[in-house]
Formats: sequence, structure tokens, C-alpha cells
Amino acid sequence: MSPFVTLLLRDIRLAARSGGSAALALSFFALVATLVPLGVGADLHLLARVAGGILWVAAVLAALLSLDRLFQGDFEDGSLDVIALSPLPLELTALAKITAHWLSTGLPLTLLSPLLALLFNLPPQPTLILFVSLLIGTPAVSAVGAIGASLTLSLKRGGLILPLIILPLLAPAVIFGAGAASLALDRLGAASALGLLAAFAFAAVLLSPFAAAASVRLNLGG
Amino acid sequence: MNFLFRYANPHEFMRLSGAVLPFTAVATMLCLAVGLYLGFSVPPDYQQGTTIALLFIHVPADVVAELAYGAIAVCSLLSLVWRHPLADTAARAAAPFGALFTALGLVTGSLWGKPMWGTYWVWDARLTSFLLLLFLYLGYMALWNAIEDETRAARAAAILALVGVVNIPIIKFSVDWWSTLHQGESIVSGKVAPVYLWPLLIMMLGYVLLFLTLWMVRIRTAILERRARNLMQAN
Amino acid sequence: MNFDMGPYAVYIWPAYGISALALIGITLWTLAAWRRAKARLAALEKRGPAATKT
Repeated sequence: MSPFVTLLLRDIRLAARSGGSAALALSFFALVATLVPLGVGADLHLLARVAGGILWVAAVLAALLSLDRLFQGDFEDGSLDVIALSPLPLELTALAKITAHWLSTGLPLTLLSPLLALLFNLPPQPTLILFVSLLIGTPAVSAVGAIGASLTLSLKRGGLILPLIILPLLAPAVIFGAGAASLALDRLGAASALGLLAAFAFAAVLLSPFAAAASVRLNLGG
Repeated sequence: MNFLFRYANPHEFMRLSGAVLPFTAVATMLCLAVGLYLGFSVPPDYQQGTTIALLFIHVPADVVAELAYGAIAVCSLLSLVWRHPLADTAARAAAPFGALFTALGLVTGSLWGKPMWGTYWVWDARLTSFLLLLFLYLGYMALWNAIEDETRAARAAAILALVGVVNIPIIKFSVDWWSTLHQGESIVSGKVAPVYLWPLLIMMLGYVLLFLTLWMVRIRTAILERRARNLMQAN
Repeated sequence: MNFDMGPYAVYIWPAYGISALALIGITLWTLAAWRRAKARLAALEKRGPAATKT
């Protein structure tokens, strides 16, 4: 098995166990979707209008929860040094970790989203658009998140800075993703929004491994 | 590139900045004085009334806010790619000023917005972009402060700054797109009537000179602080 | 010069005031830090004849 796939499967297995990041992200996502109507009231029209934005923000925050451990676990027990010395280029290692993170948080969140959209009284067509937007956009969240995670991996309390660093960078994803759902709700075409989101996600996944690898290298003293 | 490396030597930088500072300081004060005088001598705008006065302190603040980030990005590039030794110091020194001018842009923009739109904040595309820029500055400064090893902090911050600068056009584009979606208002439309142009340009120049002056002082301060640290270690 | 801002005065003057405060404040802060660093270095140099490395 290629080292890429080995690393990928290992990270997924770590995240999927109970108490791991997958379960945590899903619970957080569902909890936020439950709390928001409690906070803003049960006006179904209002909830439908804010569904796209709330669920997108909730998904980003949920994915954020496990990001600070993306490299830190391996850094702390020395495995990251070993991984860095392996024949697999550090950029591909970063990509493997990004993929594992997405498969264990972003993708499950996307799959849960239609159920939560139901809580917000979002009609079927916008729900589908929201689902697609999360499917396209959550890889970008993992990718950009990996940059933040690699920059802060040596910090004990790096988890506090991580959101501050990456949330502004994720604003375009939230804008285009939630915008797509909002356009669909207004019976307007969401294709342009989804297209912009796809471009953003593509660029993010393509370029982040380089930034993340550079950050890992500098933290390993390279 | 070589001329930049000549000033990589802190001694050279101290010498050059020491010579230039009195001029930039005086030029700053002149520009601000003249700009303010002209700004208060113009007639009210037919659309915005006397609030046009806010043009002269809002736009210059925005200009410096972006300029400072650009400066940080350039210094970060010099630091990472060419290992210019003074670049890290310069980048770190620029950040507090960038954050301050961004905040000033937000405050003046908000105070301009109240008479125009009726509320202090209305998610105007420009102001929203600047709000995100403020967070970029805060994250940058926080990263510098969080990493203990100075060399590592410098390189991490440099990476973050470059990632940020690539993102800024994307963020602005997306916020613009978003504001057309939600029909936001806009304070400053593209064209500025000629009678307001001169005070605006002079104030912009004044603000930029102020930033450059303060930036140089702060870099000089950092150089002295490093000398003091080295002395303490030597003893 | 015209200082009568009419009904907008309540927005314009605070904006100018905050700007002035912020800019003067940051200037003073920057200069104070410079003076502190200069004084500290001078004191250290007086104490020891060690060469100044940068």
C-alpha cells in the first residue's frame, strides 16, 4: 500500500474511534443547529432564511474543533519527525492529512446537513444546494485549516489562535456556500455561487499542502 | 536586489533612517496641517452634506491599513525567500500600525454610516472587508507573540502573512459579491468631485508619511533592543 | 475655514477626535518605546566594554 494511503487510513481510523473527532464534530454540528432556534425563536420563515448561513458557520466551527490536533498528536510523540523523513514528500503527507480530516469530519457533516436543514424548515431544493455546497466547500475548510494547524502545532494552547488565524481566510467559503443556499431559497440560480465555491475549494486544496508542509518543516527545526 | 541588501545591515539602516526621519516627520506634519486646512475649507457635498469631511480621515486610514499589510507581505517574502535579516523585524514592527489604522477606518466608516444609513453598521462591502483585515492583523500579531523561539515565530508569521495576502483579493471579491447579493449600501462611491480631491490626496500622503515615520522609529527601536539583549547575554 | 458642520457635527467631531487621539497616542507610544530602548542600551554600554553585536 502506498505510504499516502497508509497515512490516510491511519488518520481516519484515529478520528473514527469513539470520542474521536468525527463524533465530536457531528455532535457539535447538531447541537448548534438545535441551539440556534432556541436562541432566535421558532419563526419558520426566519429559520429558513438563516439556515444556509447558520449551518455553514456551524459546519466550519465543528470542523475547527479537531484541527489543532491535525499535526500536534504526531508532533508530540515524535511520529511527525519519522513521517517527515519518509520518502513521501511532506506536501503529500499534508494532503493525506487534509483528506483524512475531510473524510472524518467534513463529509459526515455534509451527510448530516439535510436532516438539520429539516429543523430549519429549509425546502428541498435549497437543502440539496446546501448539501452540494458543503460537499464542495468542506474540503476547503480542511485545507485552510491544515495551514493554521501546521503553523500552530508547536503551541501548547495553539487551539486558541487557530480559529483567529483561519476563520477570516474561510470567509469566502462561508459567503459562497451560504450564498448558494440563499439564492436557491429565493428561486434564483445558485450555479454561480457553487462555481465560485468550487474554484475557491480547488485552489485551497491545491495550494494549502505547500504552505502546510513549509510550516511543518519550520516547526521540525528544518 | 543588491541595494536592498546593503540596508540589511542594521548599522546601514540606522544611518539611513536617522538621516531620513527628520524630513519625513516634517513632511508628515506639513501634509496633515495643509490637508486639514483644505479639508475644512471645502463646501458641503450636494449628496452627503458636511459629512464629506469624513472622507478626509476615513479613506487615508483605509489606504494605510492596506499599505501596511502589503509592506508586511513584502517583508515576509524577503524574509522567507531571500533571508533578508532585517525583514522579520520590519514586518513585525508594521503590524500594530496596520491594525490601528484598520480600526480607525472602521470607526470613521461607522460614524460616517450613521448619518448616511441610519445605523452605525450596515455591512457595507468595504467596511466588512476591513473588519476581516483587522482579524488578519490580530492573528498575525498573535502568532508572533505565541511562538517563543524568535526565528520560528518570524518564519511562521511570514508564511501566515503570505497566505493572508493571497487571500485578501479573494476575500474582497467574495465580500463584494455577497454585498450585491444582499443589496448593501456603500459610503464612498468611486468618483470624488475635484474640489475634494486635493485635501483627500494630501491627507492620504500625510497618513502614509506618518506610517512610514513611525514604522522606521519602531524598527530602529527593535534594533536597539536587540543590541541590548546581545549585550546582556555577552556579560 | 468652516467649522459649522450642521446636524452632522455629532458624527464628524467624534470621528476627528478619535482619529486625533489614536494617531497622537500611537506616536507618543512609539517615541516612548524608542527613548526607553535608547536609555537602556546606553546604560548597558556604560556598564560593560563588550563589543556591541547586532
